[in-house]
Amino acid sequence: MSGAATIRTRRICWPGKVTPLVLGAGILIAWLLVAIFAPLLAPYDPIYQDAAVRLQPPTWAHPLGTDNFGRDILSRVIWAARIDLQIAVFGVVFPFVIGTVAGSISGFFGGWVDTVFMRLIDVVLAFPFLVLMLAIITIIGPGLGSFYIAMALVGWVSYARLIRAQFLVLKNSDFAMAAVSLGYSNTRVMFRHIMPNAILSSVVFSMSDAVLVLLNGAAISYLGLGVQPPVAEWGVMIAEGQGFITTAWWITTFPGIAIVTLAMGFSLLADGLGEAFGVRE
Amino acid sequence: MTGARILSVENLSVAYEDAGGSYNILDDVSFTLRKGEILGIVGESGSGKSMTCRALMRLLPSSRLRETGGAVRLEDGRDVLGLSQDELSEVRGRRIGMIFQNPASHLDPVMSIGRQIAESIRYHRKLGRTEAWAQMLDILRQVGIPDPESRANAYTHEFSGGMRQRAMIAVALACDPDILIADEPTTALDVTVQAQILRLLQQLRDERGLSIIFITHDLGVVYQLCDTVAVMYAGRLCEYGPKHEVIHHPRHHYTAGLVACQPSSEGGTGLVPTIPGQPPSPRDMPMGCRFHPRCGAADALCAARQPPLEESQPGHSCACHHPADLVAEAEA
Amino acid sequence: MNRYRFVLYRPIQLIPVLVGISVITFVLVRSIPGDPARVLLGPRTTESALARVREQFGLDEPLWLQYFYFVKNLFKGELGKSILYKVDVLKLIATRIEPTLVLVIGSVLLALLIATPMAAIAARRRGSWADHLIRIISTAGLGFPAFWLAIMLILLFSVQLGWFPVTGYGRTFWDKVHHMTLPCLTTGLALAAVLTRNLRASMLAELQSDQATAARARGLPETFVFWRHVVPNSLVPTVNLLAVNIGWLISGSVVIETVFAIPGMGQLLVRGIFTRDYMVVQGVAMVFACATVLVNFLADILTVTIDPRVKL
Repeated sequence: MSGAATIRTRRICWPGKVTPLVLGAGILIAWLLVAIFAPLLAPYDPIYQDAAVRLQPPTWAHPLGTDNFGRDILSRVIWAARIDLQIAVFGVVFPFVIGTVAGSISGFFGGWVDTVFMRLIDVVLAFPFLVLMLAIITIIGPGLGSFYIAMALVGWVSYARLIRAQFLVLKNSDFAMAAVSLGYSNTRVMFRHIMPNAILSSVVFSMSDAVLVLLNGAAISYLGLGVQPPVAEWGVMIAEGQGFITTAWWITTFPGIAIVTLAMGFSLLADGLGEAFGVRE
Repeated sequence: MTGARILSVENLSVAYEDAGGSYNILDDVSFTLRKGEILGIVGESGSGKSMTCRALMRLLPSSRLRETGGAVRLEDGRDVLGLSQDELSEVRGRRIGMIFQNPASHLDPVMSIGRQIAESIRYHRKLGRTEAWAQMLDILRQVGIPDPESRANAYTHEFSGGMRQRAMIAVALACDPDILIADEPTTALDVTVQAQILRLLQQLRDERGLSIIFITHDLGVVYQLCDTVAVMYAGRLCEYGPKHEVIHHPRHHYTAGLVACQPSSEGGTGLVPTIPGQPPSPRDMPMGCRFHPRCGAADALCAARQPPLEESQPGHSCACHHPADLVAEAEA
Repeated sequence: MNRYRFVLYRPIQLIPVLVGISVITFVLVRSIPGDPARVLLGPRTTESALARVREQFGLDEPLWLQYFYFVKNLFKGELGKSILYKVDVLKLIATRIEPTLVLVIGSVLLALLIATPMAAIAARRRGSWADHLIRIISTAGLGFPAFWLAIMLILLFSVQLGWFPVTGYGRTFWDKVHHMTLPCLTTGLALAAVLTRNLRASMLAELQSDQATAARARGLPETFVFWRHVVPNSLVPTVNLLAVNIGWLISGSVVIETVFAIPGMGQLLVRGIFTRDYMVVQGVAMVFACATVLVNFLADILTVTIDPRVKL
């Protein structure tokens, strides 16, 4: 007995032997397979309206029930995985690329370039991101494409700040100094020597960012400004079912569970990668 | 020493356990502390001197460390290692106080010094707010903090290094303990400030009859301050006795080495001698006497058998097969 | 109290950000294709109204001069009239601030009330089943879409149990509390997921800190050490975390106000988008941005107050 005063110093351990990394990757792969094989897995056409089976609770024929147009919820949830995975991927990739370029230019050159970028980042960050995205979507009109444009215009700042901070540390590190003293050009040092190190923390961050992007995309579609009906998307499905919650809970419940599991997959993967690479958010 | 026994550590052992096995960090450490005595525990970093004090306060820094044997007897015969949480609370605040090397990190940064002291007083003595505050001011005065009324409301970072250590002593003395454990309290301080803190500790001993266990790696400080010395090496006690005895007539070769390493004030111009080699790691302890790989007098016996800590003269004991003073006598 | 001197000069440092906010909102609305006067006034309008707007905002002038007019009007408190409501946008926003403020503050309070005990249990019993459960719930909580959680809570508390109204805001104080409980709980739970994870981490660090060891060495019992020394120190970074998340909270409130039909600024924004009421969108975006800047400023003051070490 060493008293209640001492603290366990064991590494974070999850129940059983399932690490967050494995669990997260497993969930994501499962959803990826669902999206790829949607035509094979879905029992019905996701937009086929069958007036005979409107607002049916879960049955053997329709395991997750049907909506007010008689569309099969299971088929719609499966097909929507394609759209929502796409949202999580493209909603991260565009900001990632723009932010990485902006952040590395800013961090590498410093001076007035850095000052300009930092001020711009301060201003963009002053806006609540959803508000700024909605304002942009107002101008270019609703739709999935507009969502990606708005996401890229607003989301790059996090990546730019992250990459810039890494650059500032790594720029003064021994191995970057060594590369410069060996006579390598600025661009070579930047892309061959600094970038691979700086990008690691962005990759870990992008996994937790994917959660935010997914929730954001679903929220904007829920508001009616993203993916447009009748396309099956989880946020759209929740919005469509909201009017029927007193009579048909299944329309809103299942797409929500789908979002939660996919988001959890990204969160766990972010936790696991962060732990594996020793990167803290 | 004439005072009554106030604390006796009997065969204290501590082990570190993990998947790879169990390693002895402390092995069979015994010493006693009398009322008004200042005991110095000396050793290199990693010798187990801090761990000894953490163990006898039951404040081991990890759950993988555990007391595997021995006892820590208080004046009334109770064993600290067997106390309940409630009894432990009482012992920690009112019997044994503790101060640390780095007061900046060992004081709560977001609570004023005065409130930290008053908090202990209120908790242990069940006093009211105003009474506790008055007592707190009194303690600040005793440890030599000027203008206690206004300094009581200051925070740790607003104090200088020396004042911080005084504040820390005040926090430890809040409930008038009999024993103060000082874990390298002057290591991080300037020499002049260090002297002030040592004088304060001596004064507290003289005025309050406080017994002090003073942990340090600096034999010079031991010589200035302590009555008795315990020398530790690799988790074991290798020599224990009155200050003058141990420093002027060291029997263990490790102690002799330490004494020789002290830069003398008589103005020697040569290089300070060092003890060759490195202290062993707990995972890789040598058989027999743990000092033998670095010892000039070691032989096959030293590598084979651990020498027991034996009292060769009254009050002076040593764990060595070939004690240094005897070797010297034989050579002479 | 020279530690608070930044309160005087920080507003001056914030001027570039505020100018940036005005430039972005200005550029956003001006980049809508078509005759700006018609864009601002909507399709059904009169020639005289168009002329008045052209003159007020200098729409016939070059772009940089238009920005100058825009700022001049801003200082006069005139952001233009809402097409839908026929009142000045700032006055319209003023009537909508209260519900949004209640929603944001209520969510933060509920989140702290939920997250602190959760994190405390998880940190003090690290590795126990309770810790695992709380970690799993808070990790899952990060991925809950607030609008879906809102609907699920409505389903449970309003439809099944009948404890709370489904939508609306209410008139009297208790009526408002009754209406706002579920919306605040929704965003509060989402925020609590983030807070629990962070609080747990900082509590674990503080539990192993030197100052906690020293407090134990003074004989203070573990519970006492935890609530008096560990928790206050781990709440310091939480204030910063809340400030960083204020934009996220406002974003959440926009969606939640829509779900619960709460007449706040978020609902105003969403209606403005659907009715192409650009003046309203511009005004709300600007006010939200300024509020974010203000909250970060207030958080700095709060940090200085609770942590005596911080100097700004």
